[in-house]
Amino acid sequence: MKNDHRARNHPAYWAFLVHRISGLALAVFLPVHFWALGQALQGAARLESFLRWTDAPLFKFAEWGLVLLLAAHLTGGLRLLALEFLPWRDWQKSLAAAAAGLALVAGLAFALAL
Amino acid sequence: MSARTQVFLWIGQRASAAVLALCVLVHLCTIVYAVRGGLSAAEILARTQGNVAWLAFYTVFVFAVAVHVPIGLRAILSEWVGWRDGSRDLALWVFGAVLAVMGIRAVFGVFG
Amino acid sequence: MTTLKVRIWRGTESGDFQDFEVPREESQTVLDVVTYVQRHLDPSLAYRFACRVGMCGSCAMTVNGQSRWTCRTHVSKVAEDGRLEIAPLHNLPVIRDLVTDMSEFFDKWAKAHGQFTGTRTRYEDFESISPASAERQQVDAAIECIGCGVCYSACDVVSWNPDYAGPAALNRAWTLVNDVRDAATLERLRAVAGDAGAHACHTHMSCTDRCPKQISPTAGIAGLKRAIAKAALKGEL
Repeated sequence: MKNDHRARNHPAYWAFLVHRISGLALAVFLPVHFWALGQALQGAARLESFLRWTDAPLFKFAEWGLVLLLAAHLTGGLRLLALEFLPWRDWQKSLAAAAAGLALVAGLAFALAL
Repeated sequence: MSARTQVFLWIGQRASAAVLALCVLVHLCTIVYAVRGGLSAAEILARTQGNVAWLAFYTVFVFAVAVHVPIGLRAILSEWVGWRDGSRDLALWVFGAVLAVMGIRAVFGVFG
Repeated sequence: MTTLKVRIWRGTESGDFQDFEVPREESQTVLDVVTYVQRHLDPSLAYRFACRVGMCGSCAMTVNGQSRWTCRTHVSKVAEDGRLEIAPLHNLPVIRDLVTDMSEFFDKWAKAHGQFTGTRTRYEDFESISPASAERQQVDAAIECIGCGVCYSACDVVSWNPDYAGPAALNRAWTLVNDVRDAATLERLRAVAGDAGAHACHTHMSCTDRCPKQISPTAGIAGLKRAIAKAALKGEL
């Protein structure tokens, strides 16, 4: 028999899920990102025509989503590096909350810059 | 794959994570700054083309990504998809190479 | 509420929950509930217990999906609207009803080199270990494990990765890696390295969350990762 959501309902597990899913999403996004930027090789006009797609509000929202995913994966990753490389201390339990907080700050900064 | 190799995969992932932590921080700050008031290709490329320092930075970024992403996917593939044999690791090598090639192409497109 | 509606797992891996109604008592534990069912309602119910006072770990089961000791679980703390769901520990083969086969749990303990390898004989003097030493403090934080299987049951990596040693085996390996009297450190590090060992831990911390002895296997596993990396980089692995 296996565990279900009732066994997974605690902060460290949510932190794991956010980290894994954001990583997966970024892994899918990156080749697309590299392809789009590679368009610049054909000159500014090529990149520009692609960038016109990026004016759409849905695209802006997706961009913001990606920034949030990247920030979440980064802060979650820093938390993991702290858990794995620093000697174990009680305050490490609050790292998940700190990571979430910082990620949201980054998302907000990006949204405000748009 | 021996346990020893698996240990080096773990080390490589944590090391590339540390490199990426710095790269991503710089990248996020730069993007938030650059995006203010909208982006156009001409605007971006005017700032970036011929810039060797940024080219070097993003080259390091791409290689760190090419190491970090496949090793991360390895765990997901074996645990959530049940793909555990040698063909999984081969596929990941290929994906890592694709990321590196596409990434370097993008770096030269923007900063070359 | 004067009665509890209790669903208890019957059968093996394939089976189903059976419903019972159990009178509610003051200071009742989940073990009391299971015992009541077996004595008064269905004598064919199979379950394990021994000390019933939180010392042996035999009564470990899942209650409302969470792995725990039933003798130390007050019904008042877990019965949401007078309902309880009781099932066997997860990640282990079910022998019958609430009884699991713990062989693989202990086999993995042995595979992780979870036994002490000494060098002194009875004719030599004792080795002096200061309880205040850094290593001994690491050992003391993890040594109280009684092998109840709650952490193993709570761990999703154990579910996803059949070869994974699991939190208890790795926790025990950590106590021995920090035992300065032990002579098999490198062998042990080799035994717990890689996809089936410490490196498969993804810090879900379900083990730490559920351990009835407040041990943090996650902490020990992180320590093992550091020790293994050091050994690997030195070329010793």
